[in-house]
Amino acid sequence: MSSYDAIIIGAGPAGLTAGIFLSRSRIKTLILSDVIPGGQLILTHKVANYPGVENISGYQLASIMKKQAVSFGCEVKANVKIKNIELNGEKKQIILNDNTLLESDIVILTPGGRPRNLGIKGEEEFKGRGVSYCATCDGDFFTDKEIIVLGGGNSAIEEAISLTKYAKKVTIIHQFDYFQAFSYLVDEAKANRKIHFILNSTLTEIYGNETVKGVKVNNLTTNEINDLYTDGVFIFIGYVPNTDFLKGKVLLNNKNEIIVSKNMETSIKGVFAAGDCIEKEYRQITTTVGEATIAAMSATNYLYNKLRFKV
Amino acid sequence: MLYTNLKHIEKAEELKKIISENENVMVCCGRMGPMCIPVYAAMEELEKEYTHVCFYDMEFDNPEAHIIRNAPETKGFMGLPFVIYYKNGKVVKATSSIQTKEQIKEILDTYFK
Repeated sequence: MSSYDAIIIGAGPAGLTAGIFLSRSRIKTLILSDVIPGGQLILTHKVANYPGVENISGYQLASIMKKQAVSFGCEVKANVKIKNIELNGEKKQIILNDNTLLESDIVILTPGGRPRNLGIKGEEEFKGRGVSYCATCDGDFFTDKEIIVLGGGNSAIEEAISLTKYAKKVTIIHQFDYFQAFSYLVDEAKANRKIHFILNSTLTEIYGNETVKGVKVNNLTTNEINDLYTDGVFIFIGYVPNTDFLKGKVLLNNKNEIIVSKNMETSIKGVFAAGDCIEKEYRQITTTVGEATIAAMSATNYLYNKLRFKV
Repeated sequence: MLYTNLKHIEKAEELKKIISENENVMVCCGRMGPMCIPVYAAMEELEKEYTHVCFYDMEFDNPEAHIIRNAPETKGFMGLPFVIYYKNGKVVKATSSIQTKEQIKEILDTYFK
C-alpha cells in the first residue's frame, strides 16, 4: 500500500492546479489519470484568453502545468484505472485495476467531463468519414465542401467560424432560437457570409455511402423532418461529467455533477472537487483553475487542522 | 515532428521494410492534435502489453506519408489520425479519427491474435 497526504483524481487543468498548490505546500500528493494528463485542455487547439499567456496550444499549456506540478514534487500516474474508491472515514482508499492500494487523508476530485455524443443513427458509422469533433484537426478535409456545425455554445460558434477557412458553406444547426455563446462570437458568425443558420432544429440521422452525404433535420417547432445535403457534420453539443464512478459516493445533482460548497468541499469530509465535474454555471480554463486553487487551499487547511487536533 | 515515445517512420520505403519484416504492425499517421494524441498515448501503453505487435507513428504532413494518405484503404477518410494495421505486409484494418484504447484493443485482439 502507498500512502499520500492527498490524492487528486483527474489531470486536467483543475487536477494539475491542485497538484501545484498542494505540492508547493509540501503536501505529499499523487495525481491519478486514466488518460494522458491535460484533460479537455489538450482538445483545445489555441488558448487565447488565459491571462498572462498571449497564445498557446492547449497541449503546451497542459504540459507546462504538469511540469510545474512535478517540479514541486507532485507524483503523476497516467493511464491508470480505478477499480474501487472508498471516501468515507479518516483515511480514503483507492484500489486501482492492477489491485494497487492507495491511501490518503484528502481526496480532490477533478475527473472533468467529455464531449457529449449526439447518439443518432450514422454518428459512429461515419466518424472520421464526415463526422468530426475537432475543426482544427479535420477542417482541411472539407476544403470547398458544405458542412454542418451542430450546437450553439462557444465551442460550436468558434469552430464554425474557424471552418469557414476551408468550407464553402457552413450551416449552424441549433436546438434553440438563441445561442449560449458569447455575443461577440455570434455577431462574428452572423457577419460571415459563408455561415447560415437553422434554429429550433436538431438532427435525427446522418447518412451517406463511403462518406457523409446528408442529414435528416428535425424542426422542433413544427416536428417536420427534412433532408439536407452535407459533406460533413461537426458536433459540439456540450459535455457530460465523468462522475459515473462516484455515484453513491458523493452527492451529485440530477446532471451527475458534484455538489460543492463555496470552499469546494463535497458532501464527504476531506473530499473536495473542482473543474468541469462540479455543479456550476461557467466552464472556462480560468474558472477551473480558480476552483482548483480554492479546493487545494481548503484541503490544506483541513489537513493542518487535522494534524493540529491530533497533537 | 511528433512528440511521442513511439518509434517514428520517416520514409515510405522504411514503412515497406517494416511491414515486410514484421508480422503485426500498427501505424498511426497524424499530427500533434487533440484527436491524435490520445491514440498515441493508448499505443504507448499497449506497446508493453502487445509485445508481438510493432507500434509506429508517422507525421501526416510528411510528404512521405503519401503511402498512407493515398492508400486504397484510407480512401474516404476525413478525420485524423489515419491508423493502419498490417498483417504479413497486408492491410487488415484501417480507421479514421479518434479511437479509444478499448477500440484499439478490440482490433488488435481480432487481427493480431
